[in-house]
Amino acid sequence: MSLDIDTVKNIALLARIRVADETLEPLAHELSAIIGWVEQLAEVDTDGVAPMTSVTETIPDLREDVVNDGDRPDAVLANAPDGVDAFYTVPKVVE
Amino acid sequence: MSAPLTELTLAKARDGLASGDFTSVELTQAHVEAIERARDLNAFITETPDLALERAAESDARRAKDATAGPMDGLPIAIKDLFCTEGVLTTAGSHILDGFIPPYESTVTATLRAGGAVMMGKANMDEFAMGSSNITSYYGAVKNPRGPKDGKDLVPGGSSGGSAASVAACLSLAATGTDTGGSIRQPASFSGIVGLKPTYGRCSRWGIVAFASSLDQAGPMTRTVHDAAIMLGVMAGHDPKDSTSVPMPVPDFEAALTGDIGGLRVGVPKEYRLDGMADEIDALWRQGIEWLEAAGAETVEVSLPHTQYALATYYIIAPAEASSNLARYDGVRFGLRVPGDTLDDMYKNTRGEGFGAEVRRRVLIGTYVLSAGYYDAYYLKAQKVRALIARDFTRAFENCDVILTPTAPSDAFAIGEKMDDPITMYLNDVFTVPSSLAGLPGISVPAGLSARGLPLGLQLIGRPFDEETVLRTAGALEAAAGFATKP
Repeated sequence: MSLDIDTVKNIALLARIRVADETLEPLAHELSAIIGWVEQLAEVDTDGVAPMTSVTETIPDLREDVVNDGDRPDAVLANAPDGVDAFYTVPKVVE
Repeated sequence: MSAPLTELTLAKARDGLASGDFTSVELTQAHVEAIERARDLNAFITETPDLALERAAESDARRAKDATAGPMDGLPIAIKDLFCTEGVLTTAGSHILDGFIPPYESTVTATLRAGGAVMMGKANMDEFAMGSSNITSYYGAVKNPRGPKDGKDLVPGGSSGGSAASVAACLSLAATGTDTGGSIRQPASFSGIVGLKPTYGRCSRWGIVAFASSLDQAGPMTRTVHDAAIMLGVMAGHDPKDSTSVPMPVPDFEAALTGDIGGLRVGVPKEYRLDGMADEIDALWRQGIEWLEAAGAETVEVSLPHTQYALATYYIIAPAEASSNLARYDGVRFGLRVPGDTLDDMYKNTRGEGFGAEVRRRVLIGTYVLSAGYYDAYYLKAQKVRALIARDFTRAFENCDVILTPTAPSDAFAIGEKMDDPITMYLNDVFTVPSSLAGLPGISVPAGLSARGLPLGLQLIGRPFDEETVLRTAGALEAAAGFATKP
């Protein structure tokens, strides 16, 4: 299956990645080649095969449902590119 | 002292420290100088000489009080820049993590640190561990210390390329790596060192920048099999902070190195004999079979019928998981932020500028295969084929104890080669991806030289949590190969 430019635009939007208009076509070509290549899986008979979602067979332990960390706003915000006091900041999202 | 301190193995350096032949500060200083001399390799994104010497002095102080912290106390190692290190820049080889200084330490590096290992710096790597050449790093390519060849600099392999170069060039005694589809084993093969990917769940993934969470696993990169056993023993163990790390006791891996593989059944998968496989790769594989037979093992042909579908399966599952994991890079909480008029614009600008071409490609592929209307055809299908690939191994291990294969389909290629088409680069991992999908332990042991005089590795794959058999067999292979780790 080949990905057209509109499809690439749409997945770039879903992934929130700015893609320059002039690179859309070569990108569509590259992604189509990869998708075309992985489509070889269609020939594998997987009827009745359960999808593998984990390689670990053991059931993880449930920990106690208690707060075990927190109340460290300085550490949490230390790497924020534009933190203000105890807050992250973003462009205005409400009018 | 006959050999320079930097050329010691972990085991010999441990003994030298124990018998007082030298101090950790002396050993560390020798590595600081080696790293300065070898900057041209670009093996490190961040060097931490002051921190290293400080920790070395602490190690010497512990030793003076007869209170060493473990088998790696005082030993200089490199840390792949995918491991979060407290107070030390952590980039994952990406522009998008500009200036990220973790306030915490990954569990594996915390365990190494608590055990006294001395971090020399953060090793270069492919961006977000996506690559087989170290070429996708925002911080530039790493040169393989075995090069240049025919006038061209060579890649060290990837994604743990800086780690491999550091160990091969004696800039650290060992290094941590991570392996998602071959990122420890393939660079080990290209660089002439030992690289061990443990069973999925053997080491904690907590604090390691996530690529594909169902595949990522940390492991040691060393100059000998014995050293891999020592280092894995420190890195491994259950961690309550990673629910996929398995609550199993950590065996004494060093004790597994008996050298005795008498009666061991070594499986040779017929599907790994690929059409168009290089003669020298095939010849080395046959040589490996002969070596193990001469050491008392019995070889049996096994079948892994879904091998040919492993790469395509991997290139659906890994990008799908990556697209989800990398959603966290939003320009809000850490790293790069590129302004925009709206929140969405800010996201798009930050991620468009912050991710390199290969990462962008994989996030887009991952987004596509998970998107409405395509999920069943691609992602769900890949998960089913993955189950078949894992089942192939389970069945093969009914007839053998360990599996022998080549590690990579070629020796190290030149920087800039295999860049025209992403799929050509993906084929590097043809022998390592299947066992990754099955979560199995695998090791690459340097076993010979190509016609061009470059290292080639052989891979051993084991049953889940049977790193002991993998290491024991690797030890026998190493002894037979007599590979000179020094170029």
